[in-house]
Amino acid sequence: MDQPAEKKEVQFSEGALAEIRRYMSHYPADRQKSALLPILHIAQAEFGGWISPEAMDKVAEILNIQPIEVYEVATFYTMFNLKPVGKHVLEVCRTGPCMLRGSDQLIQHLENKLGCAVGETSADGNFTLKTVECLASCGTGPMLQVREQYYENLDAASADQLLEDLKASTVKKPWEENY
Amino acid sequence: MGRKLLTEHINVEGIETFDVYRKHGGYASVEKALKTMSPEEVVEEVKTSGLRGRGGAGFPTGMKWSFLAKPEGKPRYLVCNADESEPGTFKDRYLMEKLPHLLVEGMITSSYALGCRTSYIYIRGELMYILRILEKAIAEAYANGFLGENILGSGYSLDLHVHPGGGAYICGEETALLESLEGKRGNPRNKPPFPAVWGLYGSPTVVNNVESIATVPWIITNTAAEYAKIGVGRSTGTKLISAGGNINKPGVYEIELGVPVEEFIYSDEYCGGIWKGRDMKAVIAGGSSVPILPKDLILKTAAGEDRLMTYESLSDGGFATGTMLGSGGFFVMDDQTCIVRHTWTLARFYHHESCGQCSPCREGTGWLEKVLHRIEYGHGHMHDIDLLVSVAKQIEGNTICPLGDAAAWPVAAAVRHFREEFEWHVKHPEQATSPGAVFNKNASVLA
Repeated sequence: MDQPAEKKEVQFSEGALAEIRRYMSHYPADRQKSALLPILHIAQAEFGGWISPEAMDKVAEILNIQPIEVYEVATFYTMFNLKPVGKHVLEVCRTGPCMLRGSDQLIQHLENKLGCAVGETSADGNFTLKTVECLASCGTGPMLQVREQYYENLDAASADQLLEDLKASTVKKPWEENY
Repeated sequence: MGRKLLTEHINVEGIETFDVYRKHGGYASVEKALKTMSPEEVVEEVKTSGLRGRGGAGFPTGMKWSFLAKPEGKPRYLVCNADESEPGTFKDRYLMEKLPHLLVEGMITSSYALGCRTSYIYIRGELMYILRILEKAIAEAYANGFLGENILGSGYSLDLHVHPGGGAYICGEETALLESLEGKRGNPRNKPPFPAVWGLYGSPTVVNNVESIATVPWIITNTAAEYAKIGVGRSTGTKLISAGGNINKPGVYEIELGVPVEEFIYSDEYCGGIWKGRDMKAVIAGGSSVPILPKDLILKTAAGEDRLMTYESLSDGGFATGTMLGSGGFFVMDDQTCIVRHTWTLARFYHHESCGQCSPCREGTGWLEKVLHRIEYGHGHMHDIDLLVSVAKQIEGNTICPLGDAAAWPVAAAVRHFREEFEWHVKHPEQATSPGAVFNKNASVLA
């Protein structure tokens, strides 16, 4: 039987911790667990687009709650990746309204182009392809989301261009961006 | 051209900034309410306006406000439901992106009316870029004395925060939203007690949709009497409709309630007709959870009159012939749309989004998706069609929250109105090689 791998301690950067403290200030002192979802978003951005058990343990420590309380939340919400992902995660909407505008064809095109199926990562590690349910972009489908950015009214040519642009880009953390 | 109450200034350059918004009359409702009206008067004004909740259910907003319990020594909360996730609906996203200060203004005026010291905007996690826009608007409101301590010297103080969700449609249900805001899984609560008595952190809470709250400033600034003059009957005011699907001009339109459905679909002012010169097959008028209607029924009521974009006209005759205004998520299907495939995508959505708390929903939505999948891919049997109806019936009304109904209605309505299309799929398994193959009623062949 495999022995469980030894857990490695993870640390948030100062920028991430400042963002965590800002969110925690939004809730009453005895209701700090409310900051759990915002902090999980920060953890995902901080640790390469996914949340490891070690990261979840760290979040539990920050909020002074049991690790299980973090696990049960992280596994419920679809935005959190619990396994390693590529440099960019392409989340293609496939629900009814986008289907009417051609999302089936877009997904097939991306699978062919990336050489991987939905749920997998391309061999070069650049892209993880996911499908998601309705991103409130029904008038501008087919579309996909990469981190906090929407790309809408896509066709094969614009999707190809997007892949090239993303390949050449660097991934910044939200608190490093100038909003 | 209809009147625009929410979107009049939406295309003004810089309207997302405090200064430009203020120059165009922004925050007038806060000044008027805090300086000249009591909280009770603001509630009464919203009641008189006839405003109905714009999230989908259409419950009178002022009445909902008046239910709020006011126990001594306990805080009260206003939570804005910005978890817009209903397929077909994208109006709130548009409103928040273009007019963030309108929502902030609405939150301040509404919070004053309800006696809240802290309020939250719960926004779906996928819309993180809009969270940044709202946070910027909130910071500007603080800097200009419209948020924080002693707003405009009135003695009233308010803190406003934006809270991101994590990607779960169920969190649009108000009690699931509150659970999520408390840092838990988004499992809906048993009701009663309703949030007005036991809401966020066990305190009395009002949960309102973005559009409802964004309508409050106009009502307070221009009076409820003026608002109630717009619209038809009990459908007062204007409504944002997000139009999508196979139309020439998808987008968000603010309509005066009462516009004929036919005008909305075919006129250049709104959807501009069906794309690619095709005919219309069906419409889902109020977000994916409301029953689909074929062309003839969406244009005319059971009595043969023109169907109007109002709460009453769209639901006339109940679900057998009517549908619902719902969230205003209006999507149109052309004659090349495979109803079976489309219904399958919606069933897949509801299966994916079921929180799993109630067995009829957890298991039933999975059954619906599986049965629809096998019909679509050529493995269906004739009795599967009745099985769909049977499963839908067993889900409906048997769950804690309305997600079960939302999953059952579209499937039951699709079978009711397009049964021969389902039968055609079962009879032509060879078409399984062409997923989405379209039944052509006239030619009985692939279109």
